[in-house]
Amino acid sequence: MRYIEPHAHMVSRTMDDYKALAMAGCRAICEPAFWAGFDRSSVDGFYDYFRQLTEYEPKRAARFQIAHYSWICINPKEAEDPEFAREVIQIIPEFLKKENVLGVGEIGLNKNSKNEVAIFEEQVQLALDHNQLILIHTPHLEDKYKGTQLIIDMLRQHSEIDPNRVLIDHVEEHTVKQVVEAGFWAGITLYPESKCTPARAVDMLDLYGSTDRLWMNSACDWGVSDPLSLPKAVLELRKRGFDEQTIDRFVYQNPLKFLRQSGMEILPEG
Amino acid sequence: MKETKTAMMDVYFMDARSKLIDIAAFMDRAERYGETGDYRYQEFVKALDALRSSDRAESVLMKLSDPSKEPSEKASAGPAVGAYQKD
Repeated sequence: MRYIEPHAHMVSRTMDDYKALAMAGCRAICEPAFWAGFDRSSVDGFYDYFRQLTEYEPKRAARFQIAHYSWICINPKEAEDPEFAREVIQIIPEFLKKENVLGVGEIGLNKNSKNEVAIFEEQVQLALDHNQLILIHTPHLEDKYKGTQLIIDMLRQHSEIDPNRVLIDHVEEHTVKQVVEAGFWAGITLYPESKCTPARAVDMLDLYGSTDRLWMNSACDWGVSDPLSLPKAVLELRKRGFDEQTIDRFVYQNPLKFLRQSGMEILPEG
Repeated sequence: MKETKTAMMDVYFMDARSKLIDIAAFMDRAERYGETGDYRYQEFVKALDALRSSDRAESVLMKLSDPSKEPSEKASAGPAVGAYQKD
């Protein structure tokens, strides 16, 4: 089996995790910029983090023959101080030029506040100004439905946005339909407690898998999460009787199709 | 797309049975510890009604979601907790 892990926060994981991912068939990892578990106190803190994502982490991945790509942004959790967020946004274009950067992400909403909305809008514009793909985080738990609605409404205000170049992540049963029907890509995140179990993810693929605009990810980070959740979802797909060609489409071809829109030669042998 | 038709009961019944008993035990526990007044428990019990609807997973998620439409003035403190206090 081969697969792409389209969303993993490897800065929080160990080399043992890289080894396990490689042994499970992972060919490439995409790492969005995210919240470190605490608010950073300076723009320099973000600068160092963006360097870690674009320079250091690809080297760790390469030790296990895994390609590593990243997304750059200020995350919604740290958007509540908009002036600070705008200072961080100013350093992002330097990193968007890097050869392993996929686009702007994971931007989005966390608690659906007005400041988060403002910084989200500014980073959408940044992506459009630099012709970048967009990866969007949707809020957790009770805030997800409202946040997803707000995000879709905001994106619809931008007539220049091509929905095919935007992925809205962490969909669940109450948000997947609206994302897919609006023409965006949707990401299903597999988590042990919150978000989706492999069984629920496969239910969504059962219902919406005829579109190519779906992928699954582990979004593994410093919290309760599982870097091997994607291979576990593949096992679930096999239990449900999906053939290997369809499984390859869900876990390899679909993410490849979206990511190659960045203009980069993602996994050229694929 | 699918090679074989799999019997869902063979694959999932025992797992679902286990989770159903876990829910029952959680409710017994909440009662025993006097925490059934907590809004999260109250919303949980209301969400159980959705099990009698169609599209049960979607309905349960909606029962636990913030139904408002406008952005808040300020982000609330702390992480999301999994249930929205409607009253």
